[in-house]
Amino acid sequence: MEVFLSGPLRDAVDGATSIQVEASTIRELLTRLNDRYPKLNVHMDDGIAVAIDGTIYRDSWETVIPENSEVFLLPRIVGG
Amino acid sequence: MSDSKYTGQDFKVVGTRVKRPDGLDKVTGRARYGADMNAPGQLVGLMLRSPYAHAKIKKIDTSKAEKLKGVKAVITSKDLPDLTDGNAGLYDTLENCMARDRALYDGHAVAGVAAIDKSTAKKALKLIKVTYEKLPHVTDVDEALKPDAPAVQPRYAQEGQPSNFMSQGVFGHGDIDQGFAEADVIVERSYKTGQTHQGYIEPHACVATLSPDGSGELWVTTQGHFSYRNTCAQLLGLDFAKLKVTSSEIGGGFGGKTHVWMEPIALALSRKANRPVKMVMSREEVFKASGPTCSTSMEIKLGAKKDGSIVAASAVCRYMGGAFPGIWGTLGGMTAFACYNIPNNKAVGVNVLCNRPKVAAYRAPSAPMMAFGVESTMDQLAKELNIDPVELRLKNVAREGTLAPYGPVWGPIGIEPTLEAVRKHPHMKAKLGKNQGRGVACGFWFNIGGQTCSDLNIGADGTVNLTVGTIDVGGARASLGMIAAEELGIAYEDVRVNIGDTSSLGHNDTTEGSRGTFSSGMAAIFAARDAVEILKSRAAKMWQIPVESVVWEDGTAKAMGAEHGNLPPLSLKEIAAKAGNTGGPIAGHHEATADGAGVSFASHIVDVEVDPETGKTQILRYTVVQDAGKAIHPQYVEGQFQGAAAQGIGWALNEEYIYGDDGRLQNAGFLDYRIPVCSDLPNIDTKILEIPNPSHPYGIRGVGETSIVPPLGAIGNAISNAVGVRMNQVPMSPPRILKALDDAMADANSSEVA
Amino acid sequence: MSGVHVTTTINDDPIEYVCPADESLLDVLRDRLGLMGAKEGCGTGDCGACSITLDGQLVCSCLVLGAEAEGRSITTVEGMASGEKLHPLQKQFIDNAALQCGICTPGFLVASKALLDENPDPTETEIRYALAGNLCRCTGYDKIVKAVQAAAKDLRKQNKKK
Repeated sequence: MEVFLSGPLRDAVDGATSIQVEASTIRELLTRLNDRYPKLNVHMDDGIAVAIDGTIYRDSWETVIPENSEVFLLPRIVGG
Repeated sequence: MSDSKYTGQDFKVVGTRVKRPDGLDKVTGRARYGADMNAPGQLVGLMLRSPYAHAKIKKIDTSKAEKLKGVKAVITSKDLPDLTDGNAGLYDTLENCMARDRALYDGHAVAGVAAIDKSTAKKALKLIKVTYEKLPHVTDVDEALKPDAPAVQPRYAQEGQPSNFMSQGVFGHGDIDQGFAEADVIVERSYKTGQTHQGYIEPHACVATLSPDGSGELWVTTQGHFSYRNTCAQLLGLDFAKLKVTSSEIGGGFGGKTHVWMEPIALALSRKANRPVKMVMSREEVFKASGPTCSTSMEIKLGAKKDGSIVAASAVCRYMGGAFPGIWGTLGGMTAFACYNIPNNKAVGVNVLCNRPKVAAYRAPSAPMMAFGVESTMDQLAKELNIDPVELRLKNVAREGTLAPYGPVWGPIGIEPTLEAVRKHPHMKAKLGKNQGRGVACGFWFNIGGQTCSDLNIGADGTVNLTVGTIDVGGARASLGMIAAEELGIAYEDVRVNIGDTSSLGHNDTTEGSRGTFSSGMAAIFAARDAVEILKSRAAKMWQIPVESVVWEDGTAKAMGAEHGNLPPLSLKEIAAKAGNTGGPIAGHHEATADGAGVSFASHIVDVEVDPETGKTQILRYTVVQDAGKAIHPQYVEGQFQGAAAQGIGWALNEEYIYGDDGRLQNAGFLDYRIPVCSDLPNIDTKILEIPNPSHPYGIRGVGETSIVPPLGAIGNAISNAVGVRMNQVPMSPPRILKALDDAMADANSSEVA
Repeated sequence: MSGVHVTTTINDDPIEYVCPADESLLDVLRDRLGLMGAKEGCGTGDCGACSITLDGQLVCSCLVLGAEAEGRSITTVEGMASGEKLHPLQKQFIDNAALQCGICTPGFLVASKALLDENPDPTETEIRYALAGNLCRCTGYDKIVKAVQAAAKDLRKQNKKK
């Protein structure tokens, strides 16, 4: 599955705009990314959001990632 | 797992006009805000604050203050935990609440006292001797990036970067160099925006009680009592469960009350004195030591073909985040080009430190600044292309299926409908006279979901208590009551919504990011459906029939099928009356992380008149068109549109933090930090569009924030059309407009002479 | 303790208190008399959240000394309703969603009443200027003005019947 990265998260994967990763839930995705790209850990602390087919998930790690969905990793958004 | 997909149902209660449960208390003066609480035996807490923008704290001698009769506790950073080796965010939060070895901005707290009354506390502050060693300071975002700028946070300095550069976020797709090469017309401009404050009328206030055994209570005005509890507990080494935080009614927040500023110190003072401590900020302290927005400095570049298709867009914006790191630049970079479908776009948001207070969120944080630059440049591009500004936007508008600049593909979104509504709006036909002009601009905000937990309890008389954990900032209790009534099939008047304290519910995220009605609404729906299942099973018990034969309709259990269809229906009231006999109290419950918050887009129209002699800009007409997904209480949704627009107008025309050469804030009061007053504004017309959010059962989108985003650009465009000057600095205050008019006159004269 | 002994009338009730000479009337109302409707938004007379009337004149109570109330008549938001019956302004503020967070509402009610007591049929401009001393950060003032216009109409109807 191709996972696209947004903004500052790209720096943590040496500038790549997307990486190949297999995962069926957000939890699996984040675990695998953490193992492969330790530099992503810093961003994990600040907060990462995952967008699946355009819908942004900030917290739910159990969310299933359907096959063929478009997955984006974004910085965690806060509001006012 | 509850299915939160949009169902497209018709509503009986939702969408009607109901009275909010807290209305009576608020019009009679009975409602209790942060400063309206007193605890027996309470002390008055006050802070001593640095008069310097940047200084080493060499010594603090509190001995005389501690000896003063009536003083019960004095705190400096040495009385607080040393979080150096822990989480950086918590360290920064605590250091911001009380300076450690350096004061980092004018107003940074250096000590706190608790005494038997205000005058004793004031005397005690005077007796604290602080030995400062002044350090060079920097308060401007561009000055802060110069190589010789004083370093605000040396420990965060990065190799190869200016010392006050913290981080940056780069967003976009395509190849902008290629794109600009293909453009027929390019417009490139620089802009600056001043620092503003959320301007809530209620200052921060709390009553803190912390016992030596680690249990305590905090009454506080906040947008997030769970977040405040967790942060205070983490900072002071307490268990979450032992600190009960009750939120007062909140007198405005807009993002500024999502962060602790003095509450941990009030708790620490209380623990040391072993008595409750009441701490209320003065207005001056609110301006100097809570969390204003970023000031910014940016370059925006747009390139288009002759037919108006924008082929390339670039934004670089430096966000001044105060003395501590934040993600403001990153957020700005994500929103810059969100309204448009531009094949090659790149937005860079840079986070910069300065000797100013720690920035906090303010309604759609970071978006208004970028939007000022982008929307102003759009209009200038339209002029160069000789295309109508609304048409130019429509030609390049983002739609379902467009790639958003921060990554994902948009689902159904409302920007095109809002622009089409603007195009057709009667406002666009209003006649304009001399020195009058019209401007249009667009805006976007993400909105968020977050952790939510709700309890729905049915009383023995069939009336319902819905307990939620999201603070009600503007009337959401009414909307949530309507949602519960809708789901249960009963009258709105039979539901009462209240905000629970932190010991009565699971965690609830802060009311920010326009999530209150979205998230607690979602939780209310599922808690009610949970209760309905129980009501059906109780009815089944009362009838002695299988529960599969029971349906719930219009607040009543009905028995279905040939066998049981004759049984007279049982109302919620009847079932509730027998609850004790059928299994006990009836309650529904829901905790979840509400995700899938729908983005909200808006387009605004403004007419202004500029007085060329005074530089004053009068707003003549204002129209907001915004997508709400589903307006639960339309009157309250209008109120959010109008309030956000008014804040944007103040930001555009008058509001800014003014710093002296000494690095001190010069206008820390409402006289000189001028927010709009009633006579400054006309009626603000609103049009609510409803493009349902596919990820919410009712289609709700957050609405509170988006409309602060367009006003800066809309007003800049209107002023340009009114008197022919393009303002590149916000606020577009009278002195700046006069200068722009003078410069334009001088240019015209010199070109005549030439 | 040393202080000033004050005898005054608040919302038609006879009230007595002792306060330091430098204590504001706002602090007296809130901290000594339990009348917490008036709010401190700024302490410098810029926001109007502490509005009350003093002998019928609209003032910021943060700029009046507690001692100055001697022998005078004060009204606060707490005096607007008569028992269960809300003042038309209070009713119209609720019905027109003229409040969101509500912190400025007591001040606006007192200021609006002071306006309508003097000018029962104000134009929109007159309303906006009369209320320019009260800051609201939530509503943008649109629905506040509409509520005042509606209440003015109610009051004119009420007074015609008398």
